[in-house]
Amino acid sequence: MTIDPLLSNSGAWMSASQHEQIVISSRIRLARNLRDYAFPGWGGEEECARIWSLLRPALAALPSLQPEIDVGMDELDDLDKQILLERHLISREQAGKGRGSGLIIREDERVSLMVNEEDHLRLQALTSGLDLPGCWRVIDDVDSQIESVTGYAFSPSLGYLTSCPTNVGTGMRASVMMHLPGLVLMEEMNPIIKGLGKIGLTVRGLWGEGTEAVGNMFQISNQMTLGEKEGDIVHNIEQICLEIVEHEKNARLRLAEKKELYLKDHIGRAFGILTHAHLLTTKEALDLLSDLRLGVDLGILKGVDRGVVDELLMMAQPGHLQKLEGRVLKTKERDRVRAKRVRERLTRSESRTKKVNKTHE
Amino acid sequence: MLCEICKTEEATVHLTQVIDGSIKKLHLCEQCAQSNGFDLQGPISITDILLGMGGKREETAKPVVERSCPRCHMRRTDFKKTGRFGCAQCYETFAEDLPPLLKAMHRNDRHIGKVPIREADRLNAMNELNQLQADLEQAISNENYETAATLRDQIMVCRQKLSGEG
Repeated sequence: MTIDPLLSNSGAWMSASQHEQIVISSRIRLARNLRDYAFPGWGGEEECARIWSLLRPALAALPSLQPEIDVGMDELDDLDKQILLERHLISREQAGKGRGSGLIIREDERVSLMVNEEDHLRLQALTSGLDLPGCWRVIDDVDSQIESVTGYAFSPSLGYLTSCPTNVGTGMRASVMMHLPGLVLMEEMNPIIKGLGKIGLTVRGLWGEGTEAVGNMFQISNQMTLGEKEGDIVHNIEQICLEIVEHEKNARLRLAEKKELYLKDHIGRAFGILTHAHLLTTKEALDLLSDLRLGVDLGILKGVDRGVVDELLMMAQPGHLQKLEGRVLKTKERDRVRAKRVRERLTRSESRTKKVNKTHE
Repeated sequence: MLCEICKTEEATVHLTQVIDGSIKKLHLCEQCAQSNGFDLQGPISITDILLGMGGKREETAKPVVERSCPRCHMRRTDFKKTGRFGCAQCYETFAEDLPPLLKAMHRNDRHIGKVPIREADRLNAMNELNQLQADLEQAISNENYETAATLRDQIMVCRQKLSGEG
């Protein structure tokens, strides 16, 4: 299958280093359109198919995308699409597309291009940890390379012209995925979401627009695209995120100091359920794994490695779970298999850590 | 239920429309519905109210030829229904509708970010031309004809450069 090379690792958005506990990943996407064609939503399938056959070879040959995988949305089955969605390489909208739309990904997943989603082109740079300026450098370069092989729809006064006027201007959405269990447990997340709204930033759930914050994961991104420079948008969000990191650290500190018993109980229960449950829905698994992650970060949960927790956060999602099982599963069956895999992985990891501790003693 | 606009009268007009797959509802009193131009017979677009685009309709609802994009044939009603444009040209076709939309959505109404390289060359030439023309007017009003002549020559060169690039 075409996207198989991706599955050998846990995804660019998740491979956070030990130090990146709170910020999971940074992402920038640019919306671009060709000057001489109707936008995908209006042009119809034939026009989209023409554009895809025109862009596919040109984009696949770009130096900054090597080695690349290029694939038409009609060449992917539902499971592949689900996996790409869970790895943040395509949007929900793109997952629903077929003939005439496509995807080009650099194999390390740090750069991906969606063709004929809402706009002709959606370019994305993705990296683990907090590095929006790095993402901007990468995607700015890819953008300029594409610009040299095609004519963009651009207006001197309105900037890059997009299908929806909410994206016109820079066409840029910069977003940072953060794990904020401390602020959620301290019930301080709502005022932060409100405050961010006031300064033109949006907070979304794990999988973007309209999704709830599963697993205490929040995506913070800019709302406005017109009247601000890319560098300023990036700098602004980066600074805000650093502030949120401080708030989260502070909340965790207060939790550990003032609500130690409550915190230990909360994390212990999460561990108890995860190691003993026989049915786990995606949401329950992600929420509990999020608690586990907090427990590991705070040193409350000694027997579990954070790498294992992060691996499970990825694996617990329906697409990855089914891929690992090698077959399509019904929802109830998934819940059973998910619980089994989580149970086994956590007890395995725990017993190994115990053994290591024993030999040290 | 009270009217969502004046918040004093009882809402008697209930509008429902599906936008991007989600159902939006709007409850208005008769007066507010009418003052926003909704004759209660015709089909009503809730986006008109939400986007503030509909405004007051023509008092006498004469049949008018609807504006549509010469390139992609999107009509104004199509845009209002979907909230998305049909092609790049639509931004010019529906330029009149844009300012209130952009104002509601963005920080400002002018792009100050990245410019495509080819576009940047053209823009530089345009800016240069504008500057030269301003200088020329200044020189003429100062009766500095020698400078004016030089500027005129420079303007000619600049214009040629722009039209040459097409």
